Amino acid sequence: MAPIFEFTSEWNLLAALVIGFAFGWVLERAGFSTSRKLAGVFYGYDFVVIKVFFTAAVTAALGLFLLNQMGLLYFDEVWMPNTFLLPTIVGGVIMGIGFIMGGFCPGTSVPAAAIGKIDAMLFIGGMVIGIYFYSFTYEWIWEDLRNSTNLGKVKMGELLGIGEGLAIFVFIVIALGTFWLVDTIKKKFKIEDVNY
Amino acid sequence: MKDIKRDKPDPNKYMNPYLAGILLGIVIIAAFFFSGEGLGGSGAYKDMVKASVVKVAPEYAADASYFEEAAKAELSPMKSWLVFEVLGMVLGGVVSGAFAGRLKLKLEHSPNITSRTRIIFAILGGIFFGVGSQLGRGCTSGAGLSGMAVMSLSGFIAAGAIFGGGYLFAYFFRKLWI
Repeated sequence: MAPIFEFTSEWNLLAALVIGFAFGWVLERAGFSTSRKLAGVFYGYDFVVIKVFFTAAVTAALGLFLLNQMGLLYFDEVWMPNTFLLPTIVGGVIMGIGFIMGGFCPGTSVPAAAIGKIDAMLFIGGMVIGIYFYSFTYEWIWEDLRNSTNLGKVKMGELLGIGEGLAIFVFIVIALGTFWLVDTIKKKFKIEDVNY
Repeated sequence: MKDIKRDKPDPNKYMNPYLAGILLGIVIIAAFFFSGEGLGGSGAYKDMVKASVVKVAPEYAADASYFEEAAKAELSPMKSWLVFEVLGMVLGGVVSGAFAGRLKLKLEHSPNITSRTRIIFAILGGIFFGVGSQLGRGCTSGAGLSGMAVMSLSGFIAAGAIFGGGYLFAYFFRKLWI
């Protein structure tokens, strides 16, 4: 059944607009439009990023799994990434450095810039520069690395040799454990709040 | 730039993080259900960069392996799902900010650093994120969150590497934030 809209149809672009609206609204409302709140996750004074991120991932994984079980959505008809081990790790670490320097990630910088955060606008400008730089140096620096270590479409359940449902259950337990852990860390080390 | 406004912490200022997470999860489910797509943050800029190069230098683009496909497909950013999604994000951000009284032009930074330092590192951070997201096939939302939503190994590795990388280097940049 799903996806409902044909990919190149105008309805699908309208859906993108509506879905984007909800995405931007939630990010702003959760406080992701301030870099100082986001950076808190790396110094222990604000764990909102971990809480929102993990809750969203778990909710979506569970919801998509249930839609699949009900026969309403098939994973081979929706986006499902191949796992490119090395470029994902190297790219991820580069992004991590960008996160700690800039205080935003690409998604959070959009609603932040939209409400007037100048640092977010500059971050977006930097991102565009970075993408141009990457594009023009692609063949010299990145191409081989980017296409290396392709493991294909690997799902966590298969990897661990357990069912998809059980893998999601384990994920939920880990997420709950993490929520408990970050609150405990903040209390135990008496990390002070930062005003912004 | 004036000092950051120091209000008393207001518990109602931002949404409960778990509620926000559940709502965000539902938005992801909707993206897959209606469009077969995950959410993305960096992809829209990639589409625009590609389209701009194809437009300005079509001969170069047709020959360069990075732009080849875009050159053939006559990619238009006006037909890109991710571009529309980001336009929606701008609107959603503005509406939320307006209702919460947060629409205000400001350069936010820790009182311990100057505006100049913040400007330099915001741009640098963007550059790193731009490069990393292309190498890693997506950013925190596109590669990480959306990948985890379909329980793909790729999503867990991406999220782990992004946050792991942040923690790994957090010590060196602590003066920017605390």
